[in-house]
Amino acid sequence: MSMRLLEGSEAIAEAMVGAGCRFFAGYPMTPFTEVLELMARLLPEAGGVCMNAESELEAIGMAWGAAATGTPAATGSTGQGLSLMQESLAEITLARLPLVVLNMARAQGDYFQATRGGGHGDYRHIVLAPADVAEAVGLVRYAFELTFRWRNPVLVFGDYYLAHTATSVDITEVEAGERDVSWALNGSSGGTGSAKLVSPLGAFKRKNQAGYNLADHYASCAAATTEMTAGVKPIVEAEHTDGAEVVVVAFGTPGRYVRAAVRSLRADGVPVGYVRPVTLYPFPGEAVARACADARAVAVYENNQGQMIDDVRLAVLGAAPVHFIGGLSLDSSGFGIAPDLDVQVMRARIEEVFAR
Amino acid sequence: MTEHEGRNVVPTDRPPEQPATLVRDFTPDLIDVGTHHLCPGCGEPVAMRAALEAVAELGVVQRTIGVFGIGCYTAFSNNLDVEVLQALHGRAPSLATGVKRAKPAAFVFTVQGDGDMVNEGLQEVIHTAARGENVTCIMLNNGVFGETGGHMTATTVIGQRTKNTLEGRNAEDHGHPILLANMLAGIDGSAYVARGAVNNAHNVALTKQMITAAFESQIAGRGFSFVEVLTMCPTGWFIDTTEAPEYLADNLAAVHQIGVLKDVARADA
Amino acid sequence: MSEKRVLTRGTVVIDVDACKGCDLCIDACPPGVLTMTSHELNARGYAYPALSPGCTGSRICAQICPDFVLQVYKYDEPIELVVHE
Repeated sequence: MSMRLLEGSEAIAEAMVGAGCRFFAGYPMTPFTEVLELMARLLPEAGGVCMNAESELEAIGMAWGAAATGTPAATGSTGQGLSLMQESLAEITLARLPLVVLNMARAQGDYFQATRGGGHGDYRHIVLAPADVAEAVGLVRYAFELTFRWRNPVLVFGDYYLAHTATSVDITEVEAGERDVSWALNGSSGGTGSAKLVSPLGAFKRKNQAGYNLADHYASCAAATTEMTAGVKPIVEAEHTDGAEVVVVAFGTPGRYVRAAVRSLRADGVPVGYVRPVTLYPFPGEAVARACADARAVAVYENNQGQMIDDVRLAVLGAAPVHFIGGLSLDSSGFGIAPDLDVQVMRARIEEVFAR
Repeated sequence: MTEHEGRNVVPTDRPPEQPATLVRDFTPDLIDVGTHHLCPGCGEPVAMRAALEAVAELGVVQRTIGVFGIGCYTAFSNNLDVEVLQALHGRAPSLATGVKRAKPAAFVFTVQGDGDMVNEGLQEVIHTAARGENVTCIMLNNGVFGETGGHMTATTVIGQRTKNTLEGRNAEDHGHPILLANMLAGIDGSAYVARGAVNNAHNVALTKQMITAAFESQIAGRGFSFVEVLTMCPTGWFIDTTEAPEYLADNLAAVHQIGVLKDVARADA
Repeated sequence: MSEKRVLTRGTVVIDVDACKGCDLCIDACPPGVLTMTSHELNARGYAYPALSPGCTGSRICAQICPDFVLQVYKYDEPIELVVHE
């Protein structure tokens, strides 16, 4: 054990390097900036490369190039910067490359961006949403494991609180398992008659009378996505769901506040439960449905206008009404440091659901 | 010798019977398949052939990674026996940067068109040059978006007819062409910058020399190298294939002038 | 009909079916010994070059050919080809 008092951004950077990340490219943007600062310091010491990209477009492109060589690579930004990266993210996924992407988001308005993707074409990303620094460290390591296992980008969806909260965490390096990078480019297959091609359009070569075969390529990508979606174990945290008349669903940092509100209500004898999806894609639909099995109503708290609520509705499938108790909650900073991340406010909103 | 269509024709379906030396094969070793999808009279395969010959001659085949942009030339990467990373439109210089920084021993070049590099991804190539990134970018410049069928790009010369400048590009309505090689030559960080063409055998040979010099610059670790190649696009120029070499000389090359614009190796000497 | 002897230093092998009939080699050939077929077409429907005596083995046709249709040989000793005119 090596416990250190670290800000979330520092812990995430340390965890990435510890998980074997050796290439990072980024462009400053609050609250993602500190991760970039730390990677710029840590990676050269670890024999890696950190690029101060001239824009998010360059950042994702550089990470794409490094990823294609089999180098454990990551990039990231805040939601707005990730909007710029979406075109490349879609293509990287269709090229079946591993890449870890951080969204140190402002508020939670990027749920759709994270889980649906803003890019073109038929693709999915694994999305992991930590609620605190210790969980973020674990999930960042897990993200590198998953991205190589499935050859698919993995998004770690954090937020302002996570980036800027200091906690004592264990950042002991973990041994990364063997990673198969036989698909990666290093030049050595040139001149052998079967030089590798890494492309979002597929790896078909004309000498095999194939040329581009987009139908076959997209079908194989779709099959890989289906296998990945079934193969990634959904993670949830749930409490007090047995006999709960109302179950509250939340993700990320707000989940911790909802958990505190639920515990406080339970202490007062209110039959309320709590469930927090940690994997946002694949969404832990079955686990959410199980947690809500006894409930006469389900409440969803998010710092947005209601995005994850769609997935909760799909999970519950009409078995109970699903009420939205979150909302946009912006202070003057615009960073989504929500004034309603307040246990008393949440208690009151949950009690209103009981009263309906 | 046979009579064929009323002429005396030398048989060309087999190697000669008399002692002879092969002086030019169909394709270099690094092109798997000669047949490709590009239009009759297209200059792009000639330019790409020169690049692949240079890769082979410089002995870097087994550490070469080509990064291709999006344009007519993209699918030609399927014909090659060097490793290829397919990029998005405009983004190849950043991917090449990631490849080179992650694997410094790799020999990295991009192939992009004028639409890809000057329209969609201008900032990428400028920043890559300014970083002195030790990669080579090759731009195939025909002054049109060939793949969409002949539309104006940022390098289209004044007066050039395209599908969306039917009366010819005019500066008042459509602005001025960007002379990319000239721009990149002015940036600290670029080590070798040249503009060639493939409209006649002399220029093909000159372009091959330029590409070779750019590749040698990368091998020597001098920083960013760039070769722009003016290529014929009779389809996108709406002219006969036989008119294209002269059209290139009279229009494109009159503005995008052929020559070596920067060579720090020679400046140092 | 008269006979003429034409000094020929080189020759080409033509991959007829790879040709797209662009004519670039015809205009480029220094001795002008390549001509397009006028009514014969290849498998893809294109006219293609035919070689008359007098090739110099300059390689210029192959330099400019976008379809890699031409393979060029130089005779170790120049030959003379007889043309009927």
